[in-house]
Formats: sequence, structure tokens, C-alpha cells
Amino acid sequence: MSITELKPVPFQVDQAAFTRAMMDAGQAVPAGLIDQDAAPAGRRFAVYRNNVAVSLTEALHSGFPVITKLLGKANMDGLAGLFLRAHPPSSPLMMHYGAAFPAFLDGMSQLSHLGYLGDVARLELALRHAYHAADADPIAAEVLAAQSEDDLLAARLHFAPAMQILRSDWPVQSIWRFNTEDAAPKPKGGAEIVLITRPDFDPIPQVLSPSEAAWIEALIQGASIGEALDSARRKTATFDLSAPLTLLLQGGAIIGLESKG
Amino acid sequence: MPAPAPLETLPNAPGVGYKPQHFSEIMADADPVQWLEIHAENYMGDGGRPLAQLRHLAEEFAVSVHGVGLSIGGEVPLDKDHLARLKHLVSWLNPASFSEHLAWSTHDGHFYNDLLPLPYTKATLTRVCDHIDQLQETIARPMLLENPSSYLAFAESSWSEPEFLAEISQRTGCGLLLDVNNVFVSATNLDFSPQGYIDAFALEKTGEIHLGGHDEDADDHGHPLLIDSHGRAVVDPVWALLDYTLERSGPKPVLIEWDNDVPDWPTLAAEAERAAFALSSLTAKPSRPVIA
Repeated sequence: MSITELKPVPFQVDQAAFTRAMMDAGQAVPAGLIDQDAAPAGRRFAVYRNNVAVSLTEALHSGFPVITKLLGKANMDGLAGLFLRAHPPSSPLMMHYGAAFPAFLDGMSQLSHLGYLGDVARLELALRHAYHAADADPIAAEVLAAQSEDDLLAARLHFAPAMQILRSDWPVQSIWRFNTEDAAPKPKGGAEIVLITRPDFDPIPQVLSPSEAAWIEALIQGASIGEALDSARRKTATFDLSAPLTLLLQGGAIIGLESKG
Repeated sequence: MPAPAPLETLPNAPGVGYKPQHFSEIMADADPVQWLEIHAENYMGDGGRPLAQLRHLAEEFAVSVHGVGLSIGGEVPLDKDHLARLKHLVSWLNPASFSEHLAWSTHDGHFYNDLLPLPYTKATLTRVCDHIDQLQETIARPMLLENPSSYLAFAESSWSEPEFLAEISQRTGCGLLLDVNNVFVSATNLDFSPQGYIDAFALEKTGEIHLGGHDEDADDHGHPLLIDSHGRAVVDPVWALLDYTLERSGPKPVLIEWDNDVPDWPTLAAEAERAAFALSSLTAKPSRPVIA
């Protein structure tokens, strides 16, 4: 056998092996990754393990600031470490990362005494969605005021892509406010229905009564203003649309009025 | 092949990586900053403040779009959806420059949000060139490819990094983005001469220079291990390496990257001022002959 034949073929490191070792610190550093003296890379590989974990953890911190505040940074770091290994991003758009985080929180038995966490995370995701939603030109209140009552009741509304409604068994908007606003009242128990609008660039979550929510949800499903009014009045006989209509107008949520038809 | 276009379309002046918290100050008085770089992936939402700010900035400044998520060095095919998003952004914004990295970040449908290294071999050369061809055809313009920071090496590599990058540029027509801090980080970590790297780098193909801060650590044997963190000021030896580079390349667009622990605007502007000084010292001096 010649010397040349004895020369070892350098180890090849494919990206599957690199990824497995990167995401599991219990695995050996792939042979074939070396330092300047051709010695095994060892601790140098930990830079990649650390970069990935830190950058995804930071993405979860910035995507779920209220969850981070509720849990504390150290607990959030620990949870993020578990989450990012179970659910690494499926897209390079970090603005969408964490869609599975609410269900992940719901499934953590250690957090079962904080049953509201999943829904607070859902609210934070919805606010993030609203922040990046497509722009749309809202209609002015005068457009509605110019309609006769019959025409208005027969009209259907079109809504901005940022607008969303979130229903929770928990006081999620109150919890969110208490953790983001200085003078916000302490949350009381009870379910909340939250309307999210984006009047300018900053999404706003506001609480709706069940009848207000019924009216807006009927409109979203394509009912006319009058038909939606009937739905809302089945919940609350004295329902008045002026308050939720004002919320929608101030929130820039109404972007079209479809007369009749 | 895309239509030939100039590789240097940004001004030969200081730029900074744009951070939304600096929007008002930049719009009021950006001096000495003359151009801005954005991370492509942060501007791929449907609307809202990020795109509105970008629209305003692009009216005042030349903008460089810097992709951080295409995974050009990946073993898997490029993400078609992501290519379409890049095409949309580049068509809408018509930026002065588009750049990406010699790195990978996606494998098996997962994105790892870091710039991961690849070996420099015949096989990876072909793959990277195919991906760059595909990208340049998609966005209908040439891109700049950036040198990475290295913390380790691959036993299987058979090309030096400057040669590998020059060959990619030769084959695809892409330009290069020279990150001088990355050169310093890699040279320290892997014991090579940073000046030797610059000497071997295809400066004539270089359309942009990056500078940033790094952190200091050590490996298992106590050898220095610098980490490209973009979280602090550029260190003096990297400024010296910029001078060394500019003396050989002539004036180039020079960008300050500061992505983590983002400082206030005056601190970032002071870094840009130092880049402006490096560029002006260059024009004041008679140009030195290039030493082969």
C-alpha cells in the first residue's frame, strides 16, 4: 500500500449532521469541523449553538413582551429554549415566528396555574399580525352619515385587514393593559372579547360586550348592518350600534360601504 | 445571465444599518450618513409602519437591501416563496444594491436565523453559483455576496475563501461585499493574516464594505475566539484594516452595522463620521500603488 492510499479522506459534514448537532448540545460536534491547527473544533461549534438559541429566544421575547413580563426573563428564556427546539421557524420571516407558541403554553403542565397565558400570547400574536397587515384607506364617518336610515341598514361593510376579534375565557385585554400601561386598572376575572384595530400604525385592543361582538361578527360574515343589528338584539334587546360603530370608525376599521344588493 | 449593470451603485460614502428607533433623527439630519441598509426580511410584511418608513427613507436616501434569510449556501433548493418575496421587494423599492451572504440558514424546512458555514469545495462552488444564478435571474440584477465570519474550518475545504469568492464572482457575474470586521474575526480565530486576505480578495469586484463590532471569547485551548456580534463599536484594528483595504480598493460605500444593543443616533453617527474620515483621508493622499 502506498502512502497516498493511506492518507485519510477528510470527513465531510453535511448540513443535516451540522443541524442535528447544533440543535442538540448532547450530540458530539461533527468530525470534520476543525480549528486552525486541524484539531477538532470543540467549543468553537458552540458559537453556532448559542447564536441560534439566542437569536430565536430574542425573537420570542420581542414577539411576546407581555408573556415575557408575566413569566420573568429567566423563565421565558427557559421556555423559549424548549419551544425553539420543538418548533424551529419554518420561514425566514421572523415577524411570523411563534404562531405555535400559544398552544405550546397551553400544553405546559407546569404553567397550568396560569391558564390565561395561551390567550395572552394569542392576543400578542394578533397585535403583531395587525402591525404588519396590509394598509387600507378607511372611510370617513360622513360617508355613513350621508346615508338614509333605510340605506344604512341595507348596507354591508368591508373591514381593514388589520381588524380582528379574539374571544377568551380570560380577561386578556385587561391583563395586556395592566402589563403595558402605567395607570391601567388591575384585571378582574371573567371572559373578554377583544376587538383589534389599527387606526394608524399601532394596533389597539379594546373590549367588546357580547352583543357588540355579535354585531361586528355578523358584519364580518357578510350580513347587512340591519341583519347584524337583529343578531345583536337577540343577545341584548336594547343593543345600540352607535358605540361599536364609533370604535370601528375611530379604529379606521371600515374601508368600504356596499350599498344594497 | 442578468443584464450587466454596475456593481457600485451606492455612493462612496458612509452608510448605516437602519434601525427604526433612529427614524426621526435620520429624517431630520443624517449627516454624515448618505445611505442606508435594511434587512430584506424585516420589510416583507403586507403593510404598516415598517413599509411606510421605508417609503419615506427611500425618497431621501440610497437604500441597500441586505438579505439575511435566503440560505444561498444551503444543500436544499432555494425557497421559491422567499425568492418571490425578494423579487417583489426589489421591484417595489428599486434599491441601489442587493446583497446576501456566503452562508446557509435553512435545512429540512426549518430556518435557523443564523449565518451557518459551508466548506469550500467543487461541489459547494457549483451549488452556490447555481443559487446565485437563480437569484440574479429572479431579481433581474446582479447581487453582492458577503464573506462570512468563521469560528471553525472544514477539513474537506479545498479552496481559500478569497479564491472561492472570486471564482463565484467570475462564474456568476455577482459582485462582492467585503466585511472587514468578518475578515478580522476569521483571521484571529483561524490564525491567518487579515492583510493577506485583503491582498487576495477581488477588490475590483467589491461594491460595498461592511464594518461592525465583535465580542471576545476563547476556545478550549485558550486561543482567542472572536464572535461577530454587531453589538458594539468597531475596534481600532478593524479601522486600520479598513484603511489598508481602501488604500488598495479606492473609495467604496462603507457601512456601519450595529444590530444588537443598538446605540443612540449620535453614537452611531460618530462611527459613520469615522468612516467618512477614512474615506476623506484617502482622497487627500496620493493613491499608493497596489503591492502585488
